[in-house]
Amino acid sequence: MNLLRYYLRKVFTVLRNEVLVLPSRIVVLLFFLSMLLIPLVVDDPYFIRILVLTSIFAIFAASWDLLSGFTGQINFGHALFFGVGAYGSAIMNQHGLPHWATIPLGALVAVAAGLVVGVPCLRLRGTYLALTTLAFPIILLGIVFAFPGLTGGELGISGLTRLSTSRTVTYYIVVVIMLLSCAAMWKITDSKIGIIFHAIREDELAVKAAGINTTLYKLLAFCLSGFFAGIAGGLYAHFMRIAGPSTLEVQMSFQVVIYSVFGGIATIWGPVGAVFILVPLMEFFRLWPEFRTLMFAFVVILILLYMPGGLLPWIRNKVEEECPRCKIRNLVTRRVCRVCAADMR
Amino acid sequence: MIFDIVITSLIKGSTYAMLAIGFSLIFGVARIVNIAHTAFYMVAAYCIFYTTTQLGFNPILAIFVAVILVSLLGLITFKLLIAPIREHEAAVLIATIALAIALQEVMMILFTGDYRSVPPLVPGFATIMGVKVFYQQLLTFVSVLVVLGLMYLFLQYTRLGLAIRATAQDREVANLMGMNESQVAMLAMGISVGLAGVTGAVLAPLSIVEPHMWNHPLAMMLAVVVLGGLGSIKGSLYAAFILGTAEALVVFMIPAGAYLKGAVALSIMVFVLLVRPAGLFGVQFEEER
Repeated sequence: MNLLRYYLRKVFTVLRNEVLVLPSRIVVLLFFLSMLLIPLVVDDPYFIRILVLTSIFAIFAASWDLLSGFTGQINFGHALFFGVGAYGSAIMNQHGLPHWATIPLGALVAVAAGLVVGVPCLRLRGTYLALTTLAFPIILLGIVFAFPGLTGGELGISGLTRLSTSRTVTYYIVVVIMLLSCAAMWKITDSKIGIIFHAIREDELAVKAAGINTTLYKLLAFCLSGFFAGIAGGLYAHFMRIAGPSTLEVQMSFQVVIYSVFGGIATIWGPVGAVFILVPLMEFFRLWPEFRTLMFAFVVILILLYMPGGLLPWIRNKVEEECPRCKIRNLVTRRVCRVCAADMR
Repeated sequence: MIFDIVITSLIKGSTYAMLAIGFSLIFGVARIVNIAHTAFYMVAAYCIFYTTTQLGFNPILAIFVAVILVSLLGLITFKLLIAPIREHEAAVLIATIALAIALQEVMMILFTGDYRSVPPLVPGFATIMGVKVFYQQLLTFVSVLVVLGLMYLFLQYTRLGLAIRATAQDREVANLMGMNESQVAMLAMGISVGLAGVTGAVLAPLSIVEPHMWNHPLAMMLAVVVLGGLGSIKGSLYAAFILGTAEALVVFMIPAGAYLKGAVALSIMVFVLLVRPAGLFGVQFEEER
């Protein structure tokens, strides 16, 4: 009982001193809570469906950020991992495996794909890497079309088992996986590994000189990113109940890059936030079907022209600022730093 | 059969060469990765379609109108869209992707998604060694050679060409020598997009004109540019014909080859990159720090 009280008090202290002092943290907290509570309030099948798809793309976008935002290995073929995850779980599901096994196994196949792509790409850097990775999903797409017996060709593999027969349970499965994997990615990038990823992007030579095996870390980034994108692909295949060639298209790879840069790269929360802004916005534009994609493109262009660093970091920098002395973030209205009491003006 | 393959690979190769050289030019000069490059090619094809079939222009006049319009469009996008965010490489990338999608959608709204075809400039065909060769195909090949020759002369023997080459070699020093870097970049953008426009104009009669026609050439163009070595115009030329031949061989030799053509060509690129990470003719730049 005492232990419980101790933990409760600790949670309360952290909440008051660390979370509620910064608007960005409050937003993240509200996001987690509202994602978990929405189905209790809303029971509109269309709305729930949009949220599920948005969550799946949020995992996908965050996994791109983990690889390309953090290590700077710009990947233009991220749809490869998504497609491999989707097709992997679909083929296994066709042979009788249940979905709780096919999604992780599909993700592992995507990890293998990450290795297959990562090893040759280790020697390439910068723009070469970006343009080469674009090729991989197109190669796989050609193979998919050439062997319709295994992959269903242009129609894809359909009739997969549902995640669950109940809408609410499906929602919770996807959303909990999304929250867990995004939190995991955030934690990874916040750890020592994340710092090394940052350093590889900024100056690979210096990281090598510091005695760190950059090859290993770059492969690790490819594998981790492939794993999470594979989970997204598997979830997508089972939610849509079809794994088709559209999961491998160039548009898919570009879309995830758009989400991430729109939301701000090297943050994890940026791409997730961007997906939760842009995907529902796309649905809103469904009111004018023929102008939908055009409006989307214009929104992206306008945001980039005025906030080239991404939308969410821009907003964050407007409401919070760093203490000049201890580099701790503070609300912009504060006159003294909340930790070291230095003058903020 | 063999002659079929030769003709197809020459046409494909010269198209990819034109696209890739335009792309290389702007990348070399301004380090801009212009994903919308092939979207401009699509716009030019639509210009030809509209001016010849709807307005009844003379095809030669139509080509000039299309190229000028597309180059102007390129200059405007550079000024309004790319120049303000040039320091952020990722932002430029996204901006050009978004631009390509926007152009595709505008064409979709203006002309619907129907497949269109453009009548050939020169109708008729010759039979060479039992293979039908359309005059339009020959014209495409010849005009590509002419344009590439003019590009070479322009880059080697004019003051602007010199400025472009100098800026490609070292932006800062070129700027110090009194070349207006942003102006050179803008002109290079105009020329590069103009080349895309010429490609679209001469190729429109040979292909189906539709809003998604930029997707496949984009992947192939990027493969060509990477295979040849980024920013190397000579490399792009060789790589274009290598990949064009590979595509033609796959289409004619392998059953279900039409699906695999992109896959095989891109696999060749990946394998070459494994051996030479900077492409065939690329120079491994000292790592910029």
